[in-house]
Amino acid sequence: MKILSKILGPFTPLAGILILLLVWQIAFWVEVVDHVLLPSPWSMFVAVWQGMSGGQLLFDFFRTIERTALSILYAGIIGIPLGIIFGSSVGLYRSVEFVVDFFRSTPASAVFPLFLAISGPGDATKIQVATFGAALVILFNVAYGVMNARKTRLQAAKVMGAPRFRVLTDVMLFESLPQTFVGLRNGVSLALIIVIVAEMFIGSVDGLGHNVLDNQMLFEMPRMYAAIFVAGALGYSFNLLFLLIERRYVHWSGR
Amino acid sequence: MNASEAEQMAEDANAPPSRAGASSPLSAAGATGDAHITIRGLSKTFGDAVIYDNFDLDIPRGRFVSVFGPNGCGKSTLINLISGLIDPDAGTIRFDGKHLRDTNFGYVFQNYREALFPWMRSIDNIRYPLKFRNIPRAEQRDRVDRLVERLGVTIDLNKYPYQMSGGQQQLVSIMRSLVIEPEVLFLDEPFSALDYEMTLFMRDQLQALFMDTKTTMVFVSHDLEEAVYLADDVMLLSRGPAEVADYVNVGIPRPRTAATISEDEFVQIKAHCLEVFQKLVRGT
Repeated sequence: MKILSKILGPFTPLAGILILLLVWQIAFWVEVVDHVLLPSPWSMFVAVWQGMSGGQLLFDFFRTIERTALSILYAGIIGIPLGIIFGSSVGLYRSVEFVVDFFRSTPASAVFPLFLAISGPGDATKIQVATFGAALVILFNVAYGVMNARKTRLQAAKVMGAPRFRVLTDVMLFESLPQTFVGLRNGVSLALIIVIVAEMFIGSVDGLGHNVLDNQMLFEMPRMYAAIFVAGALGYSFNLLFLLIERRYVHWSGR
Repeated sequence: MNASEAEQMAEDANAPPSRAGASSPLSAAGATGDAHITIRGLSKTFGDAVIYDNFDLDIPRGRFVSVFGPNGCGKSTLINLISGLIDPDAGTIRFDGKHLRDTNFGYVFQNYREALFPWMRSIDNIRYPLKFRNIPRAEQRDRVDRLVERLGVTIDLNKYPYQMSGGQQQLVSIMRSLVIEPEVLFLDEPFSALDYEMTLFMRDQLQALFMDTKTTMVFVSHDLEEAVYLADDVMLLSRGPAEVADYVNVGIPRPRTAATISEDEFVQIKAHCLEVFQKLVRGT
């Protein structure tokens, strides 16, 4: 028994996946819902394979990556410096806190029609809305990271003779990094959600959101499931990517 | 000890403070004729609490001064005011007549975890204050090397602080404050977060360092034994507004060791300080 658990040990995280696939397969066999609505897992994987080996799905996949990556890039460029500025002055942050909080709580999908009206149905609009949503999340987290910088560390830099600007670049910036990464990870998840929703709107011609909706309307269920699966895998990978970057460069986080 | 001995000791403690060499702060500094830090008319209030009101003090050069007193009497506030971490409401503080910004001083925080920079290796932490002093890179390296040698440090300074034990981290913290070769070193309860074994070891490290450098040290402690053990002078502060309740000279020769703690002279000085302390706490 011990030997068995030793061999199987590293594979325990896979158990959940296996159970999910098993339940799905059984549901397919006993026909809980119509086969058209719930195809077998196998047919989904075939559709993933076909779509991702040079098919439409692969193209849509890259389009979504492109939009999400651009959004998070712009959101970082806007959100991080603003977060540092707002965070380093409590008075300044208090004065904009409500506005930031309000728009952070507003579902970005609700403002999409507004952006559509202003910027038209092009690619830029999708990226603008996603940037808007993600930048607020990043700004909020960076500001809190800066505000919660350990006071002792700032004092230590001060007694060692660091000028104000160096305290900002040598201490504040590093102190806020763990929280900045929390913001980036939340931001990229949100940006992906917004991009996919935006891709479902009128005027879209590509992207995973468009792919899902398109196949749903054509009743190409295995393909639709495949697109959903790829979108999930993409979200998971973005999160993992930022986690790995964080572990590599923010090695002191949580220690 | 038996009851009569204890009685005797209590009597000793009640004896005029002359036996412990106590005198007013000004004359204590005057005795050596060499005040390093001069504080005049210092006032500080936090909200309604008056911590210092027109407070005068001379801290003598090249001596180890322990600051001891009841909770909230402003022990830490004193060194924070002197080192510029908090601004006084009124008063002047001079180092040999110089302003703080023209003075080379070190400060060791109680919470080494929050005082060190975890994103830097320990060696870079130690080197950090040199960045602001126009010291060439080669000289920076030499200084750290010399410091490591003088302290006999054997820990791997290429580790990050979080990879080290508490005592090692505080040692790094102390090294960081020493690398600038300060004229004055402030220490705010530096060993209170360490276990007892480590505390004993660190006390002796600090004592050796003091004997070696004769740097003026101002040491805030909440542990009376530690305060007396390390000090040339124990300064007992009273509560709100703070006054120097007693200034006790500790003439026990260095190096002091674990055996010192059970010697008569040490026990008597400590008992005297405790007596003064208890009076302060009772507010009589």
